[in-house]
Amino acid sequence: MSILTPHRGTQAVYSINPVAKIGAAFVLSLTLLLSIDWVSASVALVLEGLLFFWAGLTPKVFFLRTLPVWIAAPLAGLTTVLYGRPSGQTYAQFWLVHITDGSIELGVATTLRVLAIGLPAIVLFVTVDPTDLADGLAQVLHLPSRFVLGGLAGLRLVGLFLDDWRSLKLARRARGVGDSGRIRRFLSLGFALLVLSIRRGSKLATAMEARGFGAPGRRTYARESTFGWRETLLILIAAAVALTAVVVSVSTGHWNFIGS
Amino acid sequence: MSGGGEEPRGGAEVSARGWGWRHAGRAAWAVRELDLEIGEGERVLLLGASGAGKSTLISALAGVLGGADEGEHEGSLLVGGGRPEDARGRVGLLLQDPDSQVMLARVGDDVAFGCENLGVARDEIWRRVSDALQAVGLYLPHEHPTSELSGGQKQRLALAGVLAMRPQLLLLDEPTANLDPQGVVEVRDSVARVLQHSEATFVVIEHRVEIWRHLVNRVIVLAPGGGVLADGAPDDVLRARGAELAASGVWVPEYPPPRPARRGRSAGRALASASALGSASALASSGPPATPDLLRETPAPKRGHYDDRTTAQLSHETGAACSVDLGVEGGTGSGVRGGETGTARGGMAAARPGDESSDDTGAVLLHATELAVSRVKGRPVASGLSLDVVAGSATAITGANGSGKSTLALTLAGLLPPAGGTLQASPAFAAGAGAEPIRWRSRQLLSRIGTVFQDPEHQFLAATVRAELAVGPRALKIAQRQIDERVDELLERLRLTRLAAANPFTLSGGEKRRLSVATVLATRPQVLVLDEPTFGQDSRTWAELVALLAELLDEGTAVVAVTHDSDFVDALADREFRMPVPAVASSLAAARLTPAAELTKTPSKPFGNTTFRDLDSAGRGPAAPASAAPRESGSA
Repeated sequence: MSILTPHRGTQAVYSINPVAKIGAAFVLSLTLLLSIDWVSASVALVLEGLLFFWAGLTPKVFFLRTLPVWIAAPLAGLTTVLYGRPSGQTYAQFWLVHITDGSIELGVATTLRVLAIGLPAIVLFVTVDPTDLADGLAQVLHLPSRFVLGGLAGLRLVGLFLDDWRSLKLARRARGVGDSGRIRRFLSLGFALLVLSIRRGSKLATAMEARGFGAPGRRTYARESTFGWRETLLILIAAAVALTAVVVSVSTGHWNFIGS
Repeated sequence: MSGGGEEPRGGAEVSARGWGWRHAGRAAWAVRELDLEIGEGERVLLLGASGAGKSTLISALAGVLGGADEGEHEGSLLVGGGRPEDARGRVGLLLQDPDSQVMLARVGDDVAFGCENLGVARDEIWRRVSDALQAVGLYLPHEHPTSELSGGQKQRLALAGVLAMRPQLLLLDEPTANLDPQGVVEVRDSVARVLQHSEATFVVIEHRVEIWRHLVNRVIVLAPGGGVLADGAPDDVLRARGAELAASGVWVPEYPPPRPARRGRSAGRALASASALGSASALASSGPPATPDLLRETPAPKRGHYDDRTTAQLSHETGAACSVDLGVEGGTGSGVRGGETGTARGGMAAARPGDESSDDTGAVLLHATELAVSRVKGRPVASGLSLDVVAGSATAITGANGSGKSTLALTLAGLLPPAGGTLQASPAFAAGAGAEPIRWRSRQLLSRIGTVFQDPEHQFLAATVRAELAVGPRALKIAQRQIDERVDELLERLRLTRLAAANPFTLSGGEKRRLSVATVLATRPQVLVLDEPTFGQDSRTWAELVALLAELLDEGTAVVAVTHDSDFVDALADREFRMPVPAVASSLAAARLTPAAELTKTPSKPFGNTTFRDLDSAGRGPAAPASAAPRESGSA
């Protein structure tokens, strides 16, 4: 569970407020979603590639964690090549498959875009500690603490669910009902897990309540979550990357606003 | 309210006047007509039969019982002169389940959680966090991940979290019920340390009296029907009411639960077990020496038929003859009795190493050779395990946490594939189903190997107790009439008849355990695998369970039990299979915790040092992990 075990290190990036990391990823993806062209995506990807050297990840960790994106991007591109909006010269046509100049260009653009949006998002999130994120959401964004901390405590139960799932599976086999069909077994296991997790959840809620959670009066925070120059800088860098990508794309005439 | 730099504020008094509580949708009151005064700084052990409302009372004191939609109350209950709901932060509550009391990912943050909720200033919070961790003796860095803590450590962490709130009333609701013996000692010692430096009023619920007896100065016994049954100094109450309490399921050292005699197994067997529980399990010896003849049962009739003697009778008979002998600290005569039990049978077993089936019914049902076991593929937790599961014989699997006991049990039960080595069923036992239990169909397992899981909730499938018991027989396609017969018999035998229509999830801990055992017995398996069957059970359930297993053993069922419970091993096991000490994991975990001086005493053994102790061999004692075992010396 990558989300439960954040990658730790000593570089500056680890102490940056997670809210800023989310903000930076948000700025990048929102801008890149506005257009499907290969130029803006390429420019963003090149600039991001340079910035990744400061991301605090070793090459091994970087490729391991971003592996899903490296697999998803070409797949998305291939799908677009096969089924994308046809235009220009046709190279192959078979049933719904229609490969044309236009669909190839779209496919390349899609691949680059998935990489340009996915890679920074993962790289920024890998170094986010859920506890720090909760602190940031509650103290910087002032989301309700009940909601944020409840979610955070619930996150810890995910690990227990995995153990429960395993035990439930074995228990079914032991009780003589493990021979039934895959789908039926999955459904009944799912339901059993739901029952167990509700019970676990309510126990946790009681324990939290016993520690004064939800008590009237102002809650304090043991860990201060601040938003300083480093956080601002990170968001500015993201904005600069996004802006450069748009400017280059528009000035070379490749920008194509979604829907237009 | 900010608690900047305040000193601990002393204790709060508790006052109940005609107090009662009825859970929503229930006809009966959980607690009724309770009149009780607990003074500032008193240390109270709260006892009572299960269902007497102990937990309800303690939840009410902690203010977590809920509002009017959760139930109705009568009379008044005051903490420090005010309503418990308004006393948040002045009352600290430690619950039973270690897993559901850890809220955050890092040790320091988790301790700080309560203080944050109370609005304590930041500097003060961290001061308190350090103090609290020190108070419970948890010397870990604040960044230490909570997911890597043992059960005992988690409970101490939760205790630290409670202490950091500086409560005036400290409530403990069976804080050691889910812990292994070492965890029990850890937590008990932590609480003892805390109480030395605290003026807080202290109330603990626990059905093992011995753990808390010397830390409290008052024992209150709640009556099942409502009100208080007994109240006074621990020794006085236990002297006057001990027998009664013991009968209702409380573990009273002077009145240990009865132990059944097994045919072909000498009674009054002593085992100076090297129990990590120390004084907590050092039940003082009492009662006359055992006289096996008195206990001998008539040969049980055909399989699955249960003797209809009532539990009370059984208690009476065995209670008189049974001796408990675990003088680990008190040392009351354990050495003497240990010498006496070097019976002819023990000598014989010792003289014939490599053959564990030298007596009893004796057929080897399962044969494990150099078995490696893993729960997750590719990550074996133990290897080189060789043992036999023998008809009519009880094998206790013991060993440290994380040594792979449960994983071995689940592998023997045909639920997990071996990660190495072989597990073979004898042709007679397999009865045409193939030699490898993991390849058997789920339905084929039913009549061959039954497994009782550590957490009963994992194995419940049906909406009522009656339907739950019918699941197995129905999967075997047994005629409805026969199913009904079997189910009725089991309901009766395990005192569940009254609960036949109840939802299994709503039962009490003891009832759930009895049901989980009954569901397995419904298909009459030849091998019974149990994972910590006596964890957190009251003495009555314990005695019933042990008696039932003894009966099954005498009928020829093989029993394999993973257990930390040295009393259970003593009462039932023919052989004890000790897991090898996991090489790295355990010593690391210990290193984080224990002062350096103690570390040097703990030898870490690599895989493969399994010890097979024959419990009937003479002069048994805390066998060193490396001592030659019968089986090993035979095969090596």
